Amino acid sequence: MEGDFTKNYLNMDLLRFTTAGSVDDGKSTLIGRLMYDSKSIFEDQMEAIEESSKRRGDENLNLALLTDGLKAEREQGITIDVAYRYFATPRRKFIIADTPGHIQYTRNMVTGASTANLAIILVDARNGVIEQTCRHAFIASLLRIKHLVVCVNKMDLVDYAEEPFNKIQDEFGAFSSKLDITDVRYIPISALKGDNVVDKSNNMSWYNGATLLYTLENVQIASDRNFIDGRFGVQGVVRPQSDKYHDFRGYTGKVEGGIFRPGDEVMVLPSGLTSKVKALETFEGQLEEAFPPMSICMTLEDDIDVGRGDMICRPNNHPEVSQDLDLMVCWLNQDGLKPGGKYIIRHSSNEARCVIKGVRYKMDINTLHRLEDDKEIQLNDIGRIFIRTTKPMMVDPYKKNRNTGSVILIDEFTNETVAAGMVI
Amino acid sequence: MKPNDIHSYSLSHLKLLESEAIYIFREVVAQFEKPVLLFSGGKDSICLVRLAQKAFYPGKIPFPLMHVDTGHNFKESIDYRDMLVEQVGADLIVKKVQDTIDAGRAQEEKGPNPSRNAIQSITLLDALEELKFDAAIGGARRDEEKARAKERFFSHRDDFGQWDPKNQRPELWNLYNGKKHMGEHFRVFPISNWTEMDVWQYIAQEKIPLPSIYFSHKREVVDRDGMLLAKSDFITLLKGEEYSERVVRYRTLGDMTCTGAVESAAISIEDIIQEVASARVTERGGRADDKRSEAAMEERKIQGYF
Repeated sequence: MEGDFTKNYLNMDLLRFTTAGSVDDGKSTLIGRLMYDSKSIFEDQMEAIEESSKRRGDENLNLALLTDGLKAEREQGITIDVAYRYFATPRRKFIIADTPGHIQYTRNMVTGASTANLAIILVDARNGVIEQTCRHAFIASLLRIKHLVVCVNKMDLVDYAEEPFNKIQDEFGAFSSKLDITDVRYIPISALKGDNVVDKSNNMSWYNGATLLYTLENVQIASDRNFIDGRFGVQGVVRPQSDKYHDFRGYTGKVEGGIFRPGDEVMVLPSGLTSKVKALETFEGQLEEAFPPMSICMTLEDDIDVGRGDMICRPNNHPEVSQDLDLMVCWLNQDGLKPGGKYIIRHSSNEARCVIKGVRYKMDINTLHRLEDDKEIQLNDIGRIFIRTTKPMMVDPYKKNRNTGSVILIDEFTNETVAAGMVI
Repeated sequence: MKPNDIHSYSLSHLKLLESEAIYIFREVVAQFEKPVLLFSGGKDSICLVRLAQKAFYPGKIPFPLMHVDTGHNFKESIDYRDMLVEQVGADLIVKKVQDTIDAGRAQEEKGPNPSRNAIQSITLLDALEELKFDAAIGGARRDEEKARAKERFFSHRDDFGQWDPKNQRPELWNLYNGKKHMGEHFRVFPISNWTEMDVWQYIAQEKIPLPSIYFSHKREVVDRDGMLLAKSDFITLLKGEEYSERVVRYRTLGDMTCTGAVESAAISIEDIIQEVASARVTERGGRADDKRSEAAMEERKIQGYF
C-alpha cells in the first residue's frame, strides 16, 4: 500500500493558475477556501487565523487571512504583489499566482498570467460584469491563457438564484466573444460558505456542472504546449574537457517547441548553418526524443559555431529573424516609456539593445478601444509599439509560442525590468 | 499529432519542477561572473547539488559550494558534506561563524541554547564580498513562510545585501533579469516553486542518499518548550531539565541549538513521505494526538513561525 501511495505522488501533474478579481470579490477567501477544503492548511495556521478573525470582529472564519502575507497588506485588506501559493490533491499539484485585483496593479496581473495555464476570474453575483471583469478577461486573452473559469461568487447573497448567474454568463459571453479565448466555463460559488468550490453545493440544484476543484483537477492542458514548431534556445555550451568526454561539445537549453530526435535535421539561427541532432543528453542517459518543456543538452553531428543566444530549429520551420519587431507591451515601471529611448531587450537566451521607434496606439483596456491620439505609455498601460534591435532576434508570434514570442525590456541605467512584450 | 499521442508527452510535476530548476541554474552561470551554491547540508541544498549536477552534465558543477559553518553541527551532517563534495567533484569553501565572532564582527547570543542563526548572515555577506561572488544560489522555497511567497527566482540585493520586498523586479515567462550595479549581488532560488513534499518526493524518485539523522534513531534529547533538542556541548540544561533517550529523527538540519527532532519510527524515505502526508491529514482532520502535534510543532518551525 505504501508503495502505491508513493507512486501516485510521483505521478501527479502540475497546473499553474492565476486568480483575478476586484478588491471585494472575495479572491483571498476563495484561495483560502480551496486550501482549507482540499485540506492543505495546518492546524496551527488555522488557529492563527481563527484568532485574527476574532480579533478583527469577523463573524465567520476569515479565510482571506491565510493568504494576505505582509502586515501592511493585512491592514489595508489588499494584496499588493504577486504571491505564489501551493496546494496539491492526489491528482494534481497546483501553483497559484495570487495577483491583486486593484486597479493600478495590471502589472501584477500580467506577471501572474505569463506563466499560467488557466485563469480564474471572480465576479460578484450582486454586481454582475463590471469594468474590471472585462479588464481581467482582456489580460488573460492577451497573455494567451487558454482556459478561463468565471466564478460567480457570493451566490449566498443573491439567495442562490439562477437569474443573476445566467445574466453574468450572457454578459461575459458577449464580451469574451470579442476576445481570443476558446475555453470559458462558468461556476456559481460561495467562497465564504464553500458552495461548489471543493464540495458540490446543496443550495443550487439548478446547476449541474462541475465544482471549481473538479474543474482544476481535470482540465486538459497537455495540448496547450506547442509540439509542432521545433525551437531550442541555447543557454550555454558544455565542454567537460575530461578524459572521458574529450571532444564533447553540447548545447544546454530547454525545448520551447516541437519534438527533437537524434538524426533530425536542424538549423542554427542566426547563422543559418545546418546539421543533424547527434544525441539528446541528460544525467539519466540519452533520450530518444525531447519535447517541451524539457531541459536537455543537445549535441550536433557537425562542428559548427553555436553559442548562447542562438536558436536551434528546423531548416523548413524556423522563427522570423529580424531587427524590427512589433510588440504589444505592458509597462511595468514608474518611469513611463520614452519614445526614442534605448533599452536592453531579452528574448529566450538572447540579449540585445533596442530603440523604441514609435508607439502605434495605446489600449483602453476597459473598452478595448485603440487610442491612436493618446500614445503616452505609463505604468500599467498596454500599447502597441515598434522597435529596432542592434542585432537580429529570432522570434515567433506570441500567439504561436509563448516562450519564443515574449520579451522583456530592461532600463539600461536602473537595470529594472520595465516592460513585458509580446511579439505580434 | 493526434490527441491521444499527447498523453505520452506529459511530464510529472517533479519533472516539470526539475526542468525549471535546471533552466535557472543554467541562467545563473550564463548571467553571472562568479556564482556560488550555498550548501547548508540540509535536504534542500542536497537536492540543489543534484540539480546542479544535472544542469551541467556531463560537465562538472561550474561553481563552488560554500558552507557557512555555525560550528554547532551534527557530526553526521559534516561527514555527509565531505562525502558529497568528494563524490560530485566540486570545490568546497567553508566560512566559520566563529571567525566572525573572533574578529569582533558579531556577538554570541546569550542564553541556554544560544543560536548562531542570526549572525550567520554576517559571515555570509562578508564571504560574498571577500570572494567577490555575485550570485548566491540557495535552497529556499516559497512555501516555507508567508513573506517568502513573494520572493523572486532572481532576487536582487543592494550593496548592503538587503532585500526590498516592495521593490522587486517583475518576473515574467522564463525571462530572468540578473543585471546589477557594482557591489550588488543576487540570491537565486532554483527550487522556489517546490513544496516540502516535492523535495521529499524528489529525493525518493532520485534515490538520493541522505545523512543518517534524517531517519529514525535513538538519541539523548531534552524537551524544551516542546522542542526536542539533542544533547550537545552547546546546550546548557535548565533547572528541572534532564536528558532522556528517545526514538527520533530530524526533518530539517541546521544549528544544533535550534533544530528540534521529532519522535518518529520512519526508517525509509517512503516512511517519511507517508509521515509528512499523514501529519497533514491529521492536522486538517483536527484529530491531533500528542505525537502528531509534535509534528505540527515542527511544521510551524518549517513555516518559519519560530
